[in-house]
Amino acid sequence: MALLGLLEREPSHGYDLKRDYDAYFGRGKPLPFGQVYATLGRLARDGKVLVGETEPGAGPDRKRYVITKQGVSEVETWLREPVEPEPHLQTVLFVKVVLALMSGRSAEGYLDLQRAAHLQRMRELTALKRTGGMVDALLADHGLFHLEADLRWIELTAARLDALADMVRA
Amino acid sequence: MNAETVRAHPDAPGALIEARDVGLSFGPTPALRGASVAVQAGEILAVMGPSGSGKSTLLHCLAGILTPDTGEILLAGRRLDTMRENARSALRRDRFGFVFQFGQLVGELSAVENVALPLLLSGTPRAEALARARSWFDRLDLDGTQTRRCGELSGGQAQRVALARALVARPEVLFADEPTGALDSLTGEHVMNLLVSCAREQGTTVILVTHEPRVAAYADREIIVRDGTVTSFAAAPLLP
Ligand SMILES: Nc1ncnc2c1ncn2[C@@H]1O[C@H](COP(=O)(O)OP(=O)(O)OP(=O)(O)O)[C@@H](O)[C@H]1O
Ligand SMILES: [Mg+2]
Repeated sequence: MALLGLLEREPSHGYDLKRDYDAYFGRGKPLPFGQVYATLGRLARDGKVLVGETEPGAGPDRKRYVITKQGVSEVETWLREPVEPEPHLQTVLFVKVVLALMSGRSAEGYLDLQRAAHLQRMRELTALKRTGGMVDALLADHGLFHLEADLRWIELTAARLDALADMVRA
Repeated sequence: MNAETVRAHPDAPGALIEARDVGLSFGPTPALRGASVAVQAGEILAVMGPSGSGKSTLLHCLAGILTPDTGEILLAGRRLDTMRENARSALRRDRFGFVFQFGQLVGELSAVENVALPLLLSGTPRAEALARARSWFDRLDLDGTQTRRCGELSGGQAQRVALARALVARPEVLFADEPTGALDSLTGEHVMNLLVSCAREQGTTVILVTHEPRVAAYADREIIVRDGTVTSFAAAPLLP
Protein backbone atom coordinates (compact mmCIF):
# COMPACT_ATOMS: atom_id res chain seq x y z
CA MET A 1 0.00 0.00 0.00
CA ALA A 2 2.91 2.33 0.70
CA LEU A 3 4.17 1.87 -2.87
CA LEU A 4 0.75 2.56 -4.32
CA GLY A 5 0.52 5.69 -2.18
CA LEU A 6 3.92 6.89 -3.41
CA LEU A 7 2.86 6.24 -6.98
CA GLU A 8 -0.20 8.39 -6.57
CA ARG A 9 2.03 11.49 -6.54
CA GLU A 10 3.24 11.03 -10.12
CA PRO A 11 4.05 8.28 -12.61
CA SER A 12 7.36 6.78 -11.50
CA HIS A 13 9.97 4.16 -12.22
CA GLY A 14 10.40 1.26 -9.83
CA TYR A 15 13.74 2.70 -8.86
CA ASP A 16 12.25 6.04 -7.75
CA LEU A 17 9.62 4.27 -5.71
CA LYS A 18 12.21 2.15 -3.95
CA ARG A 19 14.36 5.19 -3.22
CA ASP A 20 11.48 7.15 -1.71
CA TYR A 21 10.18 4.14 0.17
CA ASP A 22 13.61 3.61 1.74
CA ALA A 23 13.93 7.32 2.59
CA TYR A 24 10.58 7.60 4.32
CA PHE A 25 9.63 4.13 5.49
CA GLY A 26 12.75 1.96 5.23
CA ARG A 27 14.37 2.68 8.60
CA GLY A 28 17.41 0.49 8.10
CA LYS A 29 15.39 -2.16 6.22
CA PRO A 30 15.64 -1.17 2.57
CA LEU A 31 13.12 -2.74 0.23
CA PRO A 32 14.69 -5.34 -2.09
CA PHE A 33 14.27 -4.49 -5.79
CA GLY A 34 12.73 -7.89 -6.38
CA GLN A 35 9.98 -7.10 -3.93
CA VAL A 36 9.31 -3.72 -5.56
CA TYR A 37 8.80 -5.31 -8.97
CA ALA A 38 6.80 -8.24 -7.58
CA THR A 39 4.46 -5.77 -5.85
CA LEU A 40 4.14 -3.59 -8.95
CA GLY A 41 3.39 -6.69 -11.01
CA ARG A 42 0.64 -7.70 -8.63
CA LEU A 43 -0.84 -4.18 -8.61
CA ALA A 44 -0.81 -4.17 -12.43
CA ARG A 45 -2.55 -7.55 -12.55
CA ASP A 46 -5.25 -6.24 -10.17
CA GLY A 47 -5.79 -3.14 -12.31
CA LYS A 48 -4.45 -0.66 -9.77
CA VAL A 49 -1.51 0.47 -11.87
CA LEU A 50 -0.73 0.62 -15.58
CA VAL A 51 2.66 -0.28 -16.96
CA GLY A 52 3.91 2.28 -19.46
CA GLU A 53 5.95 1.66 -22.59
CA THR A 54 9.45 0.34 -22.15
CA GLU A 55 11.68 3.35 -22.62
CA PRO A 56 14.85 3.28 -24.66
CA GLY A 57 18.11 3.17 -22.72
CA ALA A 58 20.22 0.86 -20.69
CA GLY A 59 19.41 -0.76 -17.35
CA PRO A 60 16.57 -2.95 -16.18
CA ASP A 61 14.41 -0.10 -14.96
CA ARG A 62 12.98 1.38 -18.14
CA LYS A 63 9.29 1.09 -17.32
CA ARG A 64 7.12 3.80 -15.88
CA TYR A 65 4.15 2.91 -13.72
CA VAL A 66 0.96 4.99 -13.52
CA ILE A 67 -1.73 4.64 -10.86
CA THR A 68 -5.29 3.92 -12.10
CA LYS A 69 -8.59 5.32 -10.81
CA GLN A 70 -9.11 2.05 -8.97
CA GLY A 71 -5.67 2.42 -7.41
CA VAL A 72 -6.46 5.95 -6.22
CA SER A 73 -9.70 4.82 -4.66
CA GLU A 74 -7.86 2.00 -2.91
CA VAL A 75 -5.39 4.50 -1.37
CA GLU A 76 -8.30 6.73 -0.35
CA THR A 77 -10.11 3.85 1.37
CA TRP A 78 -6.96 2.71 3.16
CA LEU A 79 -6.14 6.19 4.48
CA ARG A 80 -9.66 6.50 5.90
CA GLU A 81 -9.40 3.27 7.87
CA PRO A 82 -8.26 3.95 11.43
CA VAL A 83 -5.55 1.63 12.69
CA GLU A 84 -6.66 -0.72 15.45
CA PRO A 85 -6.09 1.21 18.68
CA GLU A 86 -3.56 -0.69 20.72
CA PRO A 87 -2.78 -1.98 23.23
CA HIS A 88 -4.90 -4.85 24.33
CA LEU A 89 -5.50 -5.48 27.98
CA GLN A 90 -2.79 -8.05 28.21
CA THR A 91 0.75 -7.02 28.73
CA VAL A 92 3.78 -8.97 29.73
CA LEU A 93 4.75 -6.10 32.06
CA PHE A 94 1.60 -6.69 34.07
CA VAL A 95 2.07 -10.47 34.07
CA LYS A 96 5.59 -10.08 35.45
CA VAL A 97 4.45 -7.74 38.23
CA VAL A 98 1.68 -10.11 39.32
CA LEU A 99 3.88 -13.20 39.19
CA ALA A 100 6.62 -11.44 41.15
CA LEU A 101 4.09 -10.52 43.85
CA MET A 102 2.54 -14.00 43.93
CA SER A 103 5.92 -15.64 44.38
CA GLY A 104 7.10 -13.22 47.06
CA ARG A 105 9.74 -11.71 44.79
CA SER A 106 10.39 -7.99 44.60
CA ALA A 107 7.99 -6.50 42.08
CA GLU A 108 9.54 -3.14 42.81
CA GLY A 109 12.93 -4.53 41.84
CA TYR A 110 11.48 -5.76 38.57
CA LEU A 111 9.84 -2.38 37.89
CA ASP A 112 13.14 -0.62 38.60
CA LEU A 113 14.92 -2.79 36.04
CA GLN A 114 12.14 -2.25 33.52
CA ARG A 115 12.27 1.51 34.05
CA ALA A 116 16.02 1.52 33.49
CA ALA A 117 15.62 -0.50 30.28
CA HIS A 118 12.89 1.81 29.01
CA LEU A 119 14.97 4.89 29.77
CA GLN A 120 17.95 3.38 28.01
CA ARG A 121 15.86 2.87 24.87
CA MET A 122 14.52 6.41 25.20
CA ARG A 123 18.08 7.71 25.32
CA GLU A 124 18.88 5.86 22.10
CA LEU A 125 15.82 7.28 20.38
CA THR A 126 16.63 10.78 21.66
CA ALA A 127 20.15 10.49 20.27
CA LEU A 128 18.70 9.39 16.93
CA LYS A 129 16.42 12.38 17.02
CA ARG A 130 19.25 14.79 17.72
CA THR A 131 21.45 13.47 14.91
CA GLY A 132 18.92 12.43 12.29
CA GLY A 133 16.55 14.30 10.03
CA MET A 134 12.90 15.17 10.35
CA VAL A 135 11.72 11.67 9.37
CA ASP A 136 13.90 10.07 12.04
CA ALA A 137 12.67 12.61 14.57
CA LEU A 138 9.01 11.92 13.87
CA LEU A 139 9.46 8.17 14.10
CA ALA A 140 11.63 8.45 17.20
CA ASP A 141 8.97 10.65 18.83
CA HIS A 142 6.34 8.00 18.18
CA GLY A 143 8.52 5.47 19.98
CA LEU A 144 9.35 7.92 22.77
CA PHE A 145 5.72 8.71 23.56
CA HIS A 146 4.84 5.02 23.69
CA LEU A 147 7.74 4.27 26.00
CA GLU A 148 6.74 7.24 28.12
CA ALA A 149 3.23 5.84 28.42
CA ASP A 150 4.69 2.54 29.67
CA LEU A 151 6.80 4.45 32.17
CA ARG A 152 3.79 6.29 33.51
CA TRP A 153 2.12 2.95 34.02
CA ILE A 154 5.27 1.67 35.74
CA GLU A 155 5.31 4.65 38.12
CA LEU A 156 1.65 4.30 38.96
CA THR A 157 1.96 0.55 39.47
CA ALA A 158 5.01 1.04 41.68
CA ALA A 159 2.94 3.43 43.80
CA ARG A 160 0.14 0.86 44.02
CA LEU A 161 2.25 -2.20 44.72
CA ASP A 162 1.16 -2.57 48.35
CA ALA A 163 -2.51 -2.67 47.45
CA LEU A 164 -1.83 -4.98 44.52
CA ALA A 165 0.20 -7.31 46.75
CA ASP A 166 -2.66 -7.56 49.25
CA MET A 167 -5.05 -8.47 46.48
CA VAL A 168 -2.78 -11.02 44.82
CA ARG A 169 -1.97 -12.79 48.05
CA ALA A 170 -5.55 -12.80 49.35
CA MET B 1 39.72 29.12 38.44
CA ASN B 2 38.80 27.45 35.20
CA ALA B 3 37.33 24.05 34.60
CA GLU B 4 40.56 22.38 33.55
CA THR B 5 42.45 23.19 36.72
CA VAL B 6 39.65 21.80 38.83
CA ARG B 7 39.30 18.61 36.88
CA ALA B 8 42.99 17.98 37.13
CA HIS B 9 42.84 18.29 40.92
CA PRO B 10 45.01 15.48 42.30
CA ASP B 11 42.56 14.60 45.08
CA ALA B 12 39.71 14.06 42.63
CA PRO B 13 40.54 11.01 40.61
CA GLY B 14 36.89 10.07 40.18
CA ALA B 15 33.85 12.19 40.63
CA LEU B 16 33.66 15.93 40.11
CA ILE B 17 30.80 16.26 42.54
CA GLU B 18 29.64 13.76 45.09
CA ALA B 19 27.14 13.31 47.92
CA ARG B 20 28.12 10.74 50.53
CA ASP B 21 25.41 9.39 52.77
CA VAL B 22 23.68 12.74 53.04
CA GLY B 23 20.87 13.27 55.55
CA LEU B 24 18.78 16.39 55.95
CA SER B 25 15.55 17.10 57.82
CA PHE B 26 13.27 20.09 57.69
CA GLY B 27 12.12 20.13 61.32
CA PRO B 28 10.58 16.72 61.89
CA THR B 29 10.42 15.90 58.16
CA PRO B 30 13.34 13.87 56.86
CA ALA B 31 13.90 14.97 53.24
CA LEU B 32 17.11 13.02 52.68
CA ARG B 33 18.12 9.86 54.50
CA GLY B 34 21.53 8.69 53.48
CA ALA B 35 21.55 9.77 49.84
CA SER B 36 24.72 9.07 47.88
CA VAL B 37 25.58 9.92 44.29
CA ALA B 38 28.79 10.57 42.36
CA VAL B 39 28.76 12.62 39.18
CA GLN B 40 31.67 12.49 36.75
CA ALA B 41 33.07 15.60 35.10
CA GLY B 42 31.25 16.30 31.85
CA GLU B 43 28.44 13.91 32.69
CA ILE B 44 24.77 14.80 32.27
CA LEU B 45 22.83 13.17 35.09
CA ALA B 46 19.05 13.04 35.38
CA VAL B 47 17.56 12.93 38.88
CA MET B 48 14.10 11.35 38.86
CA GLY B 49 11.66 10.08 41.44
CA PRO B 50 8.23 10.72 42.93
CA SER B 51 7.10 14.11 44.14
CA GLY B 52 8.39 14.88 47.62
CA SER B 53 11.08 12.19 47.43
CA GLY B 54 13.92 14.68 47.97
CA LYS B 55 15.16 15.50 44.45
CA SER B 56 15.28 19.27 44.88
CA THR B 57 16.75 18.93 48.35
CA LEU B 58 19.52 16.71 46.99
CA LEU B 59 20.21 19.20 44.19
CA HIS B 60 20.42 22.06 46.68
CA CYS B 61 22.82 20.08 48.85
CA LEU B 62 25.05 19.26 45.88
CA ALA B 63 25.05 22.94 44.90
CA GLY B 64 26.00 24.07 48.41
CA ILE B 65 22.74 25.97 48.86
CA LEU B 66 21.59 23.71 51.71
CA THR B 67 23.90 22.23 54.31
CA PRO B 68 23.23 18.59 55.16
CA ASP B 69 22.76 17.48 58.79
CA THR B 70 24.86 14.39 58.17
CA GLY B 71 27.14 13.12 55.45
CA GLU B 72 29.46 14.95 53.08
CA ILE B 73 29.36 16.90 49.84
CA LEU B 74 32.55 16.86 47.81
CA LEU B 75 33.50 19.05 44.88
CA ALA B 76 36.59 17.77 43.10
CA GLY B 77 37.48 15.95 46.30
CA ARG B 78 37.08 18.98 48.58
CA ARG B 79 34.43 19.25 51.27
CA LEU B 80 31.77 21.72 50.18
CA ASP B 81 29.43 21.31 53.13
CA THR B 82 31.98 22.47 55.70
CA MET B 83 33.10 25.55 53.76
CA ARG B 84 32.26 28.96 55.15
CA GLU B 85 29.16 30.50 53.63
CA ASN B 86 30.95 33.34 51.85
CA ALA B 87 33.36 30.89 50.25
CA ARG B 88 30.44 28.75 49.15
CA SER B 89 28.54 31.63 47.67
CA ALA B 90 31.63 32.75 45.75
CA LEU B 91 31.94 29.23 44.44
CA ARG B 92 28.30 29.13 43.38
CA ARG B 93 28.75 32.43 41.61
CA ASP B 94 32.00 31.54 39.84
CA ARG B 95 31.70 27.85 39.08
CA PHE B 96 28.02 26.87 39.12
CA GLY B 97 25.09 27.79 36.92
CA PHE B 98 21.43 27.40 37.85
CA VAL B 99 18.17 26.99 35.95
CA PHE B 100 14.97 26.61 37.90
CA GLN B 101 11.38 26.18 36.94
CA PHE B 102 10.07 29.64 37.79
CA GLY B 103 10.91 33.09 39.00
CA GLN B 104 14.58 33.22 38.35
CA LEU B 105 14.84 36.19 36.01
CA VAL B 106 14.77 39.75 37.23
CA GLY B 107 11.58 41.04 35.65
CA GLU B 108 12.58 44.70 35.63
CA LEU B 109 15.84 44.11 33.78
CA SER B 110 16.07 43.55 30.04
CA ALA B 111 16.71 40.06 28.72
CA VAL B 112 20.30 40.87 27.82
CA GLU B 113 20.96 42.41 31.26
CA ASN B 114 19.61 39.27 32.87
CA VAL B 115 21.98 37.10 30.87
CA ALA B 116 24.91 39.42 31.70
CA LEU B 117 24.12 39.36 35.41
CA PRO B 118 26.45 36.53 36.48
CA LEU B 119 29.32 38.17 34.61
CA LEU B 120 28.61 41.55 36.18
CA LEU B 121 28.43 39.96 39.63
CA SER B 122 31.83 38.38 39.20
CA GLY B 123 33.39 41.67 38.13
CA THR B 124 33.43 41.54 34.33
CA PRO B 125 33.35 45.09 32.90
CA ARG B 126 29.86 46.07 31.84
CA ALA B 127 30.54 46.50 28.10
CA GLU B 128 32.22 43.13 27.87
CA ALA B 129 29.54 41.41 29.93
CA LEU B 130 26.79 42.78 27.70
CA ALA B 131 28.66 41.81 24.55
CA ARG B 132 29.11 38.26 25.75
CA ALA B 133 25.49 38.12 26.80
CA ARG B 134 24.35 39.34 23.36
CA SER B 135 26.22 36.56 21.62
CA TRP B 136 23.82 34.04 23.18
CA PHE B 137 20.65 35.47 21.69
CA ASP B 138 21.26 34.30 18.18
CA ARG B 139 22.05 30.70 19.02
CA LEU B 140 19.08 30.47 21.36
CA ASP B 141 16.80 31.76 18.64
CA LEU B 142 15.98 34.79 20.77
CA ASP B 143 16.84 37.56 18.35
CA GLY B 144 14.74 40.64 18.92
CA THR B 145 14.18 39.99 22.61
CA GLN B 146 17.46 41.47 23.84
CA THR B 147 16.01 44.75 25.05
CA ARG B 148 12.63 43.41 26.17
CA ARG B 149 12.02 43.35 29.89
CA CYS B 150 11.97 39.80 31.17
CA GLY B 151 8.52 40.24 32.63
CA GLU B 152 7.22 40.52 29.06
CA LEU B 153 8.72 37.31 27.67
CA SER B 154 6.76 34.13 27.00
CA GLY B 155 7.49 31.09 29.16
CA GLY B 156 9.64 29.45 26.52
CA GLN B 157 11.58 32.63 25.80
CA ALA B 158 12.15 33.26 29.50
CA GLN B 159 13.41 29.72 29.94
CA ARG B 160 15.93 30.13 27.13
CA VAL B 161 17.08 33.43 28.62
CA ALA B 162 17.49 31.63 31.94
CA LEU B 163 19.54 28.96 30.21
CA ALA B 164 21.77 31.58 28.60
CA ARG B 165 22.22 33.23 31.98
CA ALA B 166 23.14 29.93 33.57
CA LEU B 167 25.73 29.16 30.88
CA VAL B 168 27.17 32.59 30.06
CA ALA B 169 29.93 32.40 32.65
CA ARG B 170 30.88 28.91 31.42
CA PRO B 171 30.14 27.14 34.69
CA GLU B 172 31.71 23.80 35.50
CA VAL B 173 28.44 22.49 36.86
CA LEU B 174 24.94 23.36 35.74
CA PHE B 175 22.15 22.63 38.22
CA ALA B 176 18.71 22.48 36.62
CA ASP B 177 15.50 21.80 38.54
CA GLU B 178 12.59 20.98 36.21
CA PRO B 179 13.93 23.35 33.56
CA THR B 180 11.18 22.44 31.11
CA GLY B 181 8.41 22.16 33.65
CA ALA B 182 6.33 25.05 32.36
CA LEU B 183 6.90 24.44 28.65
CA ASP B 184 4.99 22.61 25.92
CA SER B 185 6.62 19.54 24.36
CA LEU B 186 8.18 21.27 21.38
CA THR B 187 9.55 24.23 23.33
CA GLY B 188 10.79 21.91 26.04
CA GLU B 189 12.58 19.90 23.41
CA HIS B 190 14.20 23.03 22.02
CA VAL B 191 15.42 24.04 25.49
CA MET B 192 16.79 20.55 26.15
CA ASN B 193 18.57 20.41 22.79
CA LEU B 194 20.25 23.70 23.58
CA LEU B 195 21.09 22.69 27.10
CA VAL B 196 22.73 19.46 25.96
CA SER B 197 24.60 21.00 23.01
CA CYS B 198 25.94 23.87 25.10
CA ALA B 199 26.91 21.60 27.96
CA ARG B 200 28.74 19.21 25.62
CA GLU B 201 30.50 22.08 23.87
CA GLN B 202 31.69 23.63 27.11
CA GLY B 203 32.30 20.33 28.91
CA THR B 204 29.80 21.38 31.57
CA THR B 205 28.64 18.78 34.07
CA VAL B 206 24.85 18.86 34.33
CA ILE B 207 22.61 17.73 37.17
CA LEU B 208 19.06 17.80 35.94
CA VAL B 209 16.01 17.16 38.12
CA THR B 210 12.99 16.10 36.12
CA HIS B 211 9.97 13.88 36.43
CA GLU B 212 9.58 13.70 32.65
CA PRO B 213 11.14 10.63 31.05
CA ARG B 214 11.47 12.39 27.71
CA VAL B 215 13.59 15.07 29.38
CA ALA B 216 15.61 12.51 31.34
CA ALA B 217 16.36 10.75 28.05
CA TYR B 218 18.70 13.61 27.14
CA ALA B 219 20.97 12.66 30.05
CA ASP B 220 23.75 10.08 30.05
CA ARG B 221 22.14 8.19 32.90
CA GLU B 222 19.51 8.61 35.59
CA ILE B 223 19.24 8.07 39.31
CA ILE B 224 15.95 7.57 41.12
CA VAL B 225 15.39 9.28 44.46
CA ARG B 226 12.88 7.51 46.64
CA ASP B 227 12.09 8.37 50.26
CA GLY B 228 15.24 10.44 50.56
CA THR B 229 17.66 7.82 49.27
CA VAL B 230 19.12 7.09 45.86
CA THR B 231 18.08 3.80 44.31
CA SER B 232 20.55 2.02 42.10
CA PHE B 233 19.84 -0.85 39.78
CA ALA B 234 22.54 -3.34 40.57
CA ALA B 235 21.31 -6.66 39.23
CA ALA B 236 20.28 -7.94 42.63
CA PRO B 237 18.16 -11.08 42.83
CA LEU B 238 14.48 -10.34 43.13
CA LEU B 239 13.99 -12.92 45.87
CA PRO B 240 14.59 -11.49 49.35
N1 LIG C 1 11.83 24.43 52.89
C1 LIG C 1 11.22 23.33 53.35
N2 LIG C 1 10.63 23.30 54.54
C2 LIG C 1 10.02 22.21 55.02
N3 LIG C 1 9.95 21.05 54.35
C3 LIG C 1 10.51 21.00 53.13
C4 LIG C 1 11.18 22.13 52.56
N4 LIG C 1 11.63 21.77 51.34
C5 LIG C 1 11.27 20.50 51.15
N5 LIG C 1 10.60 20.02 52.22
C6 LIG C 1 10.09 18.65 52.39
O1 LIG C 1 11.12 17.74 52.10
C7 LIG C 1 10.67 16.66 51.32
C8 LIG C 1 11.45 16.59 50.02
O2 LIG C 1 11.17 17.75 49.26
P1 LIG C 1 11.80 18.06 47.85
O3 LIG C 1 11.41 19.44 47.49
O4 LIG C 1 13.24 17.74 47.88
O5 LIG C 1 11.04 16.99 46.94
P2 LIG C 1 11.08 16.78 45.36
O6 LIG C 1 11.49 15.38 45.15
O7 LIG C 1 11.88 17.86 44.74
O8 LIG C 1 9.55 16.92 44.97
P3 LIG C 1 8.86 17.59 43.67
O9 LIG C 1 8.96 16.56 42.58
O10 LIG C 1 7.44 17.76 44.11
O11 LIG C 1 9.55 18.87 43.36
C9 LIG C 1 9.19 16.87 51.15
O12 LIG C 1 8.53 16.11 52.13
C10 LIG C 1 9.01 18.34 51.38
O13 LIG C 1 7.74 18.61 51.91
MG1 LIG D 1 11.42 19.50 43.48
